[in-house]
Amino acid sequence: MSPTKNTAKSARVEVAKTLKLYMNGAFPRSESGRTIPVKDAKGRVVAHASHASRKDLRDAVEAANAAQPKWAAATAYNRGQVIYRIAEMLEARRAEFVSLIQQIEGRSKADATREVDHAIDRCVCFAGWTDKIASVLGGKQPVAGPYFVFTMPEATGTVAVVVPDEQPLLAMVTLLLPVISAGNAAIVIAPMTNAPLAVALGEALATSDVPGGVINILTGMRAELCPWIASHRDIAAVCGAQLAAADAKALELGAAENLKRVCLFHDAPKFDDDAFWHSPFAIAPFVELKTVWHPSAL
Amino acid sequence: MTNTTFSYAPAPESVRPVLKPSYGLFIGGKFVEPRSGKSFKTINPATEETIATVADAGAEDVARAVAAARKAFPAWAKTKPAERAKIMFRIARRIQERSRELAVLETMNGGKPIKESRDEDLPLVVQHFFHHAGWCDKLPYAFAGAMPKPVGVCGQIIPWNFPLMMAAWKLAPAIACGNTCVLKPAETTPMTALMLAEIMQECGLPDGVVNIVTGGPDAGRAITALAGAKNGVDKIAFTGSTEVGKAIAKAVAGTGTKLTLELGGKSPNIVFADAALDQAVEGVVSGIWFNQGHVCCAGSRLFVEESIHDDFLARLTRRMQQLRVGDPLDKNTDVGAINSKAQLETIQRFVKAGSDEGAQKFEVACDLPKKGFWCKPCIFTGVQPSHTIAREEIFGPVLSVMTFRTPEEAVQRANNTTYGLSAGVWTEKAARALEMSNRLSAGVVWLNTFNRFDASAPFGGYRESGFGREGGRQGLSSYVKLGGGR
Repeated sequence: MSPTKNTAKSARVEVAKTLKLYMNGAFPRSESGRTIPVKDAKGRVVAHASHASRKDLRDAVEAANAAQPKWAAATAYNRGQVIYRIAEMLEARRAEFVSLIQQIEGRSKADATREVDHAIDRCVCFAGWTDKIASVLGGKQPVAGPYFVFTMPEATGTVAVVVPDEQPLLAMVTLLLPVISAGNAAIVIAPMTNAPLAVALGEALATSDVPGGVINILTGMRAELCPWIASHRDIAAVCGAQLAAADAKALELGAAENLKRVCLFHDAPKFDDDAFWHSPFAIAPFVELKTVWHPSAL
Repeated sequence: MTNTTFSYAPAPESVRPVLKPSYGLFIGGKFVEPRSGKSFKTINPATEETIATVADAGAEDVARAVAAARKAFPAWAKTKPAERAKIMFRIARRIQERSRELAVLETMNGGKPIKESRDEDLPLVVQHFFHHAGWCDKLPYAFAGAMPKPVGVCGQIIPWNFPLMMAAWKLAPAIACGNTCVLKPAETTPMTALMLAEIMQECGLPDGVVNIVTGGPDAGRAITALAGAKNGVDKIAFTGSTEVGKAIAKAVAGTGTKLTLELGGKSPNIVFADAALDQAVEGVVSGIWFNQGHVCCAGSRLFVEESIHDDFLARLTRRMQQLRVGDPLDKNTDVGAINSKAQLETIQRFVKAGSDEGAQKFEVACDLPKKGFWCKPCIFTGVQPSHTIAREEIFGPVLSVMTFRTPEEAVQRANNTTYGLSAGVWTEKAARALEMSNRLSAGVVWLNTFNRFDASAPFGGYRESGFGREGGRQGLSSYVKLGGGR
């Protein structure tokens, strides 16, 4: 076919992306068949995101629990390199993230760029944490007796990461990194302020070296999923920040059933605050401390 | 077969603590009468004799104690850390001076052998205050870059198995970090906490920094009801049963209150064929019969490698027969009185379930005193993982014995519980011991030892044994708020 001058007729039809969940290293649709319209900053529906259900959550928990022991057993050095690889993959998609923030949230290019760069740099920071957590949070204990005693941090298990709406990319990365750097698996409940961004993050992760199932991203409604997260017995901990009071209460109430660790960073500063969010004390809520004793004698 | 070879002459501890006939609530630095107008008698479980009458705090009394703690908080938080430390060091020293008296009172009120309260509980109480005194002015180094600040008013609810030790584990880190406290001792064991109140007052701890409200579950509920309330409680710390821990977690949900829970356990003690068997026997004995088995981390599930089962059981039952059960104030006593009638009935229910479900019981042959609450140490063999006594916390001198063939099976069976407080491993292979410690889901792993505690070593559980640690730098995080770098 020869080109025609009628631009209206000849404009190339964009290939729209189907927005899916990220689970077990693959991109399934919601088993429920439900979707949620995604609007741009001007209120136009530009896509449809998968609307994750309770069953999707359960599937994600299964995938996460299957992947977690191997991730925890990987050397800390290896986990560090994998997280560094996340930074590399995000850097490669920097322009895509910036434009999604501009398009969906209507924020300026400079503002969007600041957030994306911050998220990438935070990945680099945590790439360096994996093999230092034990020396900062654990240690040898000087007990008053002939025993050799040490305390070491261990992964808690599968952690549900409930992400608030503001600065969605930085928020997702900030809450996710402490969880996975310690050897936990994560199920991210993405902020629906920018579902395409969450999907793009999943795609970046899929091409990084994070083993399938270690990070799972569900787009869905927080209020719908929080009670199921809270009552699920194979979720070991919940991570969140800046949540609505009702969501926080639902999480803490249900978590009491099997004594999940719940850290909702109530008094935490904004995600821009490096001193707080780059600290090992952001990781501490998602590790268990194990103290090991042995007699010491010749 | 009683006393076929030796019998021991009685060797009672002669020191007697000086007590008042009745005690009020310790609020704002004074003993005050409860507004509830209620009181109860606290008894010696070995004799059923009354020790003293103690106030039974109502909701109004608890609110008053919280208000006193709230009032004391700003000044205590601002007190120069090195000065806080000096008061705490002084408290440690004074407890040391009065430790015999406190040990006797602990034994009288709780039923544990004087040997244990004197040699285990009291030294650890002192060490806890001494260790944490030293932290007061070093907190910025413990949380480098995170600017630790006190949380505020801490509501602390403790159990009856290590009454004074639990008070020390709760109070020492809290006040070292600049918090103020409302402590509720267990209903059956309020005495040593009240004596501690006198000591703290004497040592110059400012009024209201520590308040002690005695009472039952209602007083505990009154504390958790103030979680997150205006001028209420900013932090709840609880040690006790998993059931109550879950109820507290629900009560506190959505209030933004900091919470730590140290709960129940069903801890495994794993003996490999290559273990030093006589040492392992001693470890199993102290693991389950220390403090009548009233220990949250008690090694209540014994896993023996199948090839040595018969040999090990023969050694264990022989050793068991040497346990001296009786007067807790006798310096030779190994196993004292059960803490309360209610707990004795609970243990008896479990023992009956053990037999009813088909396990075989073996118990120490001994005479029990006529008065008081007593339970013969016993073991069950032929226990299946599905049996009640293999799954549920008994909190008594009852051991369930099971077997395994491979290390993998031992790990799998040991971890097959919702709890995760402690675990013991007995083997002479270092590599195996270390890998077992990696794989066991427990907050404390004792390799070739059991039931060891230290103020510098964090203690606390995995999974439904709770969260948060007590002891050491790691334990401090339960009592600080960490800030950002703004």
